[in-house]
Amino acid sequence: MNSHEGVGATHGGTAPSIFLRGISKAFGETIALSDVSLDLRAGEVHALLGENGAGKTTLMKILYGLTQPDTGLIEADGVQLTINSPRDARAAGIGMVTQHFSLVKNMTVVENIALASASTFSLDLGVVRKEIKAASERFGLEVSPDAVISTLPVALQQRVEILKALMSGCSYLILDEPTAVLGPQDIDSLLDVIKRLRSESGIGVVLISHKMAEIEQVADRVSVLRRGKVVSSSSVSGISTQELIGLMMGTDEVAVAQRRTSKQLVGNPILALNGVGVNIEMGGLSEVSLDVHPGEIVGIAGVSGNGQAELVRVLSGTLAIDKGSIVVEGNTLGKNSPQSLMRAGVGMLGEDRHASAVHALQVMENLVLDCIDSFATRFQLKQKEILQHCESAIAQFEIKTTPKQALGTLSGGNMQKVLLARLFSRKPKVAIISQPTRGLDVMATRYVRSLIMKASTEGTAVLLVSEDLDEVLEIADRVAVMYRGAVIGIVDGSTATRETIGQLMAGITK
Amino acid sequence: MKPRFALRSSMPWWRGPALIAAAAIVTFLLSAIVIRWAGGDPISAFRYMFISPLQTKFGFTESILSATPLVFTGAAVAIAFRAGYWNIGAEGQLLAGTIGATWIGIHAESLPAIIGVPLILLAGMICGALWALVPALLRTRLGIDEVVTTLLLNPIALLIISGLLNGPWRNSETGFPDSDVISKSTQLPIIWPGTRVHLGLAIGVVIIALCWWYVGKMAGGLKLRAVGMSPGAARIAGLPVERTLLITALVSGGIAGLGGSSEVAGVAHQLTTGISSGFGYTGVIVATLAALSFIGSLCIALLFGVITVGSFSASRALQIPSTIGEFVQSVLLLTVVAALVIQKYRVVWTRGKK
Repeated sequence: MNSHEGVGATHGGTAPSIFLRGISKAFGETIALSDVSLDLRAGEVHALLGENGAGKTTLMKILYGLTQPDTGLIEADGVQLTINSPRDARAAGIGMVTQHFSLVKNMTVVENIALASASTFSLDLGVVRKEIKAASERFGLEVSPDAVISTLPVALQQRVEILKALMSGCSYLILDEPTAVLGPQDIDSLLDVIKRLRSESGIGVVLISHKMAEIEQVADRVSVLRRGKVVSSSSVSGISTQELIGLMMGTDEVAVAQRRTSKQLVGNPILALNGVGVNIEMGGLSEVSLDVHPGEIVGIAGVSGNGQAELVRVLSGTLAIDKGSIVVEGNTLGKNSPQSLMRAGVGMLGEDRHASAVHALQVMENLVLDCIDSFATRFQLKQKEILQHCESAIAQFEIKTTPKQALGTLSGGNMQKVLLARLFSRKPKVAIISQPTRGLDVMATRYVRSLIMKASTEGTAVLLVSEDLDEVLEIADRVAVMYRGAVIGIVDGSTATRETIGQLMAGITK
Repeated sequence: MKPRFALRSSMPWWRGPALIAAAAIVTFLLSAIVIRWAGGDPISAFRYMFISPLQTKFGFTESILSATPLVFTGAAVAIAFRAGYWNIGAEGQLLAGTIGATWIGIHAESLPAIIGVPLILLAGMICGALWALVPALLRTRLGIDEVVTTLLLNPIALLIISGLLNGPWRNSETGFPDSDVISKSTQLPIIWPGTRVHLGLAIGVVIIALCWWYVGKMAGGLKLRAVGMSPGAARIAGLPVERTLLITALVSGGIAGLGGSSEVAGVAHQLTTGISSGFGYTGVIVATLAALSFIGSLCIALLFGVITVGSFSASRALQIPSTIGEFVQSVLLLTVVAALVIQKYRVVWTRGKK
């Protein structure tokens, strides 16, 4: 069904430009892209810039055939391309390296590349090996063909992915946040590779990134996406960093009425992180120091993948720390296990409410899951007390449910209320709250935020990790911005703006 | 067109029972084909299989006797599965239990029964738990899949028995590869005079009751269920997931091992290589058919006892193979599991891309 010959099966000559026209895509009620148009040219690095959820990845997944658009079309030289699968995309000369690599970890480089390119009936690894050698030399992507993928560091695995895409004959290469997983030196060498692909092989590169410095270094043009729309498309030399950040973050003001006023910090911090470090491949934390006072909400902002998830895992006790210490109420925790944190009075609302709730158990059972023993005698659960506890939580937190309903049958908002009720009814000294309103409707969102604020006025110290910058600006007293596993800056919530936070998120400190 | 399962949002009250009835009817129809094929008349075969054992005292009590080991293995499998620990090794754990029981039985001549009986039961339980220990440690410490390890330990237990019976435990009188008869003081008393029904059945029923109470009514049981349904969420709630799995695995192995003691001390009174006719595996079927409910497992075990005894009389009367009973049990498993899936999900046909 796909009969056109690739846009440019050879790297010689100039491949035609690719036009995306009027692309729209909705997931359920969420509009990911609305009427987006973009043009890509051979021998040009085109950066796609935008906040989390702006639609960058969705747009590129459409170009690569991983998702189909609701409306819109893709053209090359006036000919419409039908791209229903990555296979169609590759046939049209489009390759993509996704954030999560698609390599078979216990196979060698040769085997992985052969998997992607081999014809059906014959397989000669010797030939593939020769081709890899030739291609590595030509593109400056050195890699040892017989290394097993799992033994290679991430940077080299990424190199194999790029090589795999190039060897399938693509003339356009999409890189989805390629530097997010790399260290500084690897980033430099990747940027060199990108430059070389552009100027020596005439390949058009689409670079999805959040990082201004990289974009200025390698991109020729930059398009900014915000809330599913292209808000700007221009040459990099013609636009300043300030302008780009402004375009990316938008200037819409946060509802000022709800903003909290600057608060005097009273007493000693309840939770203090002193130089906490975690060494793991891809990310990790370096020297995170942070404190949260009683009654204070500290918001954590940042582009996703800069250590926020690891910070939450450290504070829930599921990721061991290698350096530094966690201090709760002046007591240093020996080991950050879930039990030791819970005993110290640290409560937790995980980012994925479905993973935090036992769907098949009743609402009342879920509500006591973290303190079952206090609701049981030696031989029997105190059903009556569990029921009473549940009924008062239902009333207090306005949960629409009956106690004996299975939790999985509740709506997202009500499920979140159950989990918040479980968290706050223990009266934790510190509450770690991660992505509390993700996927909730407006009313539920507002209610959940008011619950968090209420808990903080009652004296709970809250650490709020959220990808929703408006949420952080709305309820946090202080905003800490994370960048590459470290806290790059802490801003007072009453004076913070999208611009100041946005600069920090992009790694720019004044 | 591609089929896809979608969760049913609601269903009328009668759908569950109706589907189970449909499963039974399909089982009868499929079994009838095979019985006819084997040269028997399906209707009379079913009468022999399901009705005649219940018409005589002998048939009834023999059915109960056949059900006894399945009560233990059914409970063992059900409690493990409820915790999300997929113990397929009840067979090996039961066999390990028979080894421990036999060791006590042939070495405890001078003990009074008041000590001998508890001792032989305890020995089986401990050996069953020990047999379950290694896979449980591998799973909870290293994350090694317990389905494979528990399953592979089953034939090993049987080979150890075979080695013992051909070596140190060879029968001292006959020279056959059977152990000596165990001491009178370790044999379980008959609880229904004039039949072979022994104390093991009562112990099995008590085990069922204890499991039911523990899992449904006690704090530990709620933890066990939470771990089984969603280990991630249980961990977030601060529950000791690994410890729960380890303890449940040992309890499960202990119950299966107790079943081994019950067989050696209650019926066979000696160890043979044929001591278990796949009781551990049938236990998986029993627990699955009962949807992991303990009371249900007891009922299914009793039904299977009837089918076992009935298939022998059907075989004698109609000259058809007695394995027809196992065939019926297996088909019943397939149809009931299918019915449970249909009860929960509906099949949606979606237009797929070619």
